[in-house]
Amino acid sequence: MGKILRRTFLIGGAAIVGGVAFGAYYVTRPYDNPLEGRTAEGESTFNPFVKITNDNTITIIVPRAEMGQGVTTSLAALVAEELDVTLDAIQVEHGPASAAYYNSAMLEEGAPFPPYEHGLIAETVRDVMGGVGKVLGLQVTGGSSATKDAWMKMREAGCAARETLKAAAAEREGVSASQASTDNGHVVIGDKRIPYGELAEAAAAMSPPSGMELKSESEWSLIGKSQPRTDVLAKSTGAPIFASDVRQPDMLFATVRMNPRLGGPMNSFDASEAEKIAGVVKVVDITGEADELFGGGFAVIATNSWAAFRGADAVKVDWGRANYPETSDELFQTLEAAFDNADTAHVAREDGDTDLVFADAPRDQIVEAEYRVPHLAHATMEPMNATAHLREVDGRMKLDLWTGTQAPTITQSDSAWAAGIEDASDVEIHTTYMGGGFGRRGEVDVTRHAIRVAKHTDGKPVQVIWSREEDMSHDTYRPASIGRMRGIMGDDGLPRAVEISAASPSIIGSVMARTFPSLNPAGPDNTMFQGLHDQAYAIENYKASAHQADISIPIGFWRSVGHSYNAWYFESFLDELAVSAGKDPVEMRIAMLKEHPQAVAVVEKVAEMSNWGTSSGAGTGKGIAYHWSFGAWVAMVIEVSSNSDVISIDNVWAACDLGTVVDPRIVKAQIQSGAVYGLSAALGQEITFRDGMVEQSNFHDYDAMRINQCPTITVELIKNTEHMGGAGEPGTPPAIPALANAIFAATGKRVRTMPLSKEVEFAA
Amino acid sequence: MQLTVNGNSLDIDAEPDMPLLWALRDIANIRGPKFGCGIAMCGACTVLVNGQPRRSCSLPIGDVDGEVTTVEGLADGDTLHAVQQAWIAEQVPQCGYCQSGQIMSAVALLEEVDNPSDEDIDNAMAGNLCRCGTYTQIRAAIKRAAGSKAGA
Ligand code: FES
Ligand code: FES
Repeated sequence: MGKILRRTFLIGGAAIVGGVAFGAYYVTRPYDNPLEGRTAEGESTFNPFVKITNDNTITIIVPRAEMGQGVTTSLAALVAEELDVTLDAIQVEHGPASAAYYNSAMLEEGAPFPPYEHGLIAETVRDVMGGVGKVLGLQVTGGSSATKDAWMKMREAGCAARETLKAAAAEREGVSASQASTDNGHVVIGDKRIPYGELAEAAAAMSPPSGMELKSESEWSLIGKSQPRTDVLAKSTGAPIFASDVRQPDMLFATVRMNPRLGGPMNSFDASEAEKIAGVVKVVDITGEADELFGGGFAVIATNSWAAFRGADAVKVDWGRANYPETSDELFQTLEAAFDNADTAHVAREDGDTDLVFADAPRDQIVEAEYRVPHLAHATMEPMNATAHLREVDGRMKLDLWTGTQAPTITQSDSAWAAGIEDASDVEIHTTYMGGGFGRRGEVDVTRHAIRVAKHTDGKPVQVIWSREEDMSHDTYRPASIGRMRGIMGDDGLPRAVEISAASPSIIGSVMARTFPSLNPAGPDNTMFQGLHDQAYAIENYKASAHQADISIPIGFWRSVGHSYNAWYFESFLDELAVSAGKDPVEMRIAMLKEHPQAVAVVEKVAEMSNWGTSSGAGTGKGIAYHWSFGAWVAMVIEVSSNSDVISIDNVWAACDLGTVVDPRIVKAQIQSGAVYGLSAALGQEITFRDGMVEQSNFHDYDAMRINQCPTITVELIKNTEHMGGAGEPGTPPAIPALANAIFAATGKRVRTMPLSKEVEFAA
Repeated sequence: MQLTVNGNSLDIDAEPDMPLLWALRDIANIRGPKFGCGIAMCGACTVLVNGQPRRSCSLPIGDVDGEVTTVEGLADGDTLHAVQQAWIAEQVPQCGYCQSGQIMSAVALLEEVDNPSDEDIDNAMAGNLCRCGTYTQIRAAIKRAAGSKAGA
C-alpha cells in the first residue's frame, strides 16, 4: 500500500483523483480482521472491534484518535450497548493501523453538497465518496465524523458478537438460540447464567447467525445517557498514556530543528559546540528528498530531551530562503490580488442575480465590509513527537512507531516509504492518546523526521520531541484570509441580496502537496467556501465565491477548517445588515431560516436561554451567531460587559441540534471546548511572518484563553434532526461572530480584524 | 544529585542546571509532570516542592530545596487524593495532557485556602493553560474537593 497511496489517488475536500472506477464488489468486500494473529493466549476475536478472553476480559477496539473528544467512551458505548455489557466491565484499545477501520463518514462530508440536502445528485455523490473511503481504507479521525461513521458499524459489531455468543451457548446447552438471551456480560438460558468468557472461543469460531437485529431505541441502556469516561482515571492520575511518555529499552532522545523559513533549505551547519554538551550523542542532517516540502534541518540525538534541546541551541546553521512572501503585509497583498484574478475564482452558489440588484440599487443603501483573519497555530498542549524504532529483524527492516496520529493508515504507508520498507505491514503503528489534536495530528512531518533520526541510532529506539518553539514555528497553519461582503436590505426588512467572497490559499492543495506530492487535486477545494455557500438562509439574491491565492506557507486543517473564518464573515456581516435596517438580528435570522425548522429551533432556543431582548445593564451587550457545520445546527449567544473600555466575556449560551447523541455530557463538553478554542483566537492569537519566519514562538506571545477569562458556558442539546452531526468542531465557528456582535452591542464598535484584541482590550 | 520525590530518595546522575522536569521524566522515569512550553507559561509541568507549586521545567535540580511531590505521589495507597476524586466526579479531562499540572496547582491552592472563592481559583489556576477548555469543570472540581475536605 505504501507507494500506491502516495502515488495513485487521493480525496480532498471536493476532489477525487485517479481511478475511482471501482465496482461495488470492492466497496462491499469486507476487510480481513486485523486482530487475527494478534490475540493473546486464551483470547478470541469476533470481528475487528471485539476481543474476549476465556477469563472474561472484554476488549473493545476504538480505532479513532482519542484527543479529548471522548471517542474511547462514546464509540466503546456503541459496541457495549449491543454486546450487553457496561463500560466499567470492558477495556478499550486503539488497535492496529488497518484498512478495516476506514472512515467513510468523513469523506461523505467532503462531498460538495451540504449534508442537509438530500436530493438525488447530492446523495449519489456522497455515496460514491463514502465508497472511496472504504476502498482506500483511510483510517482518519477528522471532520467531526468519528461517531457518525461508527454509528452503524460498531453497533453491528457488538450485535454480531452478542448473537454468536448466544448461538454458542445454545449449542452447548442443546437448546435453540431463541431460548438464549443476554444480561450484563452473560448469556442467560433458563436459570443458567454463562459468562461470555466461557463461550468466547467456541463463539469466535462460528459465523454470526443471519437475521440479526440491532436493539431498538427503547432498549438502549447506554446510548443517549452520559457515561463516565473510560480514560478519566488515567488522566486524573498522570498515567503515562501519551506518545511523549513512551519509554523503550535503550531509548535515546532527540529533537529536530527545521528551517524556520518553512520549506527552505539548510545551506550548512556546524555542530562542533553542540557535540561538546554532556549527554549529546550526535547531530545529524535529516533533510528529506528534493520533492518533500519540509525543508532542510538537523536533529540532535542525546541521552535526554534537555541535552537535545541545549545541543540544538548550540548548532550554528545557515538557513536558505523560502519561496513565499517574507512578511505578513506582503501575504495580505497576495490575498488582495487574488480577488482580481478571475482564473482562480470559484463561484460556489448563485441564487437570483446579485449583480443586477447591486447595479440598480442606490449607493447609500448598499452595505459593504471587509474582514481579515491571520494565520493561526494549533498549539496542541502536547508538542509534536514520535518514537521510532527502526532495525533489522531476520534480514528485514522493521519499524515500530509510537505516535498520536489522527491518520494511522496514512502514517503507516508514508512511514514505510520514508524508511525504505517495501511492505507496509513491516511498519507497526502504536497509536497513543493525544495531548490535543485539532487537526494538527493528521500530518506526517513528525513521523518522517522521527524515522530519519532513527536511521542514525544503530537500531536503538529514539523519541523525537519538538520544543514548543519548533512546534509553534513549524505548524501547518490555519491560513490567513480576507472576506469581502456587500448586501442590501429589502422592504420586508430581510436581506434582499448578499454577496460574500473570500480569498485564501487552498488547504487541501497544501495538505496534498506535502503528503501526496505526485497527486493533483481535481476541482476546487471546498474548504475554501465551506460556511459561505452551504448555509440554510433563504436570500433571494445570494452569491458565494472563493478566490484561491497561491502562497506556499504550509497550511492545514484547524478545528472547523474554512468554517473557522467564513462563519465570522457571514454572521457578523448579517449583524451589520440587521443594524443598518434597525432589525433585531434574532428575528431576522428566524425569518431567513423558516424553511429549516431545525435551524429555527436552535435560534429560538438560544434566544430563550439567553433572555434575548433583555439587557443585563449599562455597558453589557449580547451578540448572536447561527452556523451549520459538520452536520450540526448551532446557535450561540455571547454576552460581554465593557468597563472603562475593557471587555470581559461573561456568558456563552449555545443551543445545538446534532441529531442522535450517544453521550450528552461528552457532546456538551465538546461544544464548550470548541467555543473556548474560537474565543482563544479572538483574544489575541496571530501568527505573523517577518523575514520569512514565524514571529511567535511560545505561549508568551501566542497565548490562549485562561481560567480567569473563561465565561460561564451553558450548552443545551435538542433533537429535530435525524442525521447525526459532529461535535468536535461545530462549537468553534459561531464563537467569534457571536463575540464580535456582542462587542458591537455593548460598545458600538464593529471590529473587522482578527484577533479582535487588535481593536479592543480584553480583561486579562 | 540527591532528590526526594514522593517520599523516595533518588540519586540523579545529571548536571545541576538540568530542569527538574527532565530529571523526573527522562532520568527518574516519573512521567506525570508533562512538557508543554519549557518557559513556565503553561503549567503542564507543575509539581510541589515543600508543598509549593513550582514549574518544574524552569527549576534547575540544583535549586530544588525540599521534597518534591508529583501527581504520582498524591494518592494514599489505593485512595486517590480528594482533588483527584473530584476530578473524576466532575469528569474534567478531555485530552488530559494539562491535567496533572492542573491537579497539582489545585492541590496547592486547597492546602492554602480551605474554601477558595472564584477569585482565589482564578489567581491560583491562571498559570495552567488548558487548550481543550475544561475550565468550567476544573472550577467545579475544585469547589467539590473543598466541600469534601470540609465534610471530612
Ligand atoms: S512546561 Fe513548564 S510551565 Fe509549561
Ligand atoms: S484537557 Fe487537553 S489541554 Fe487540558
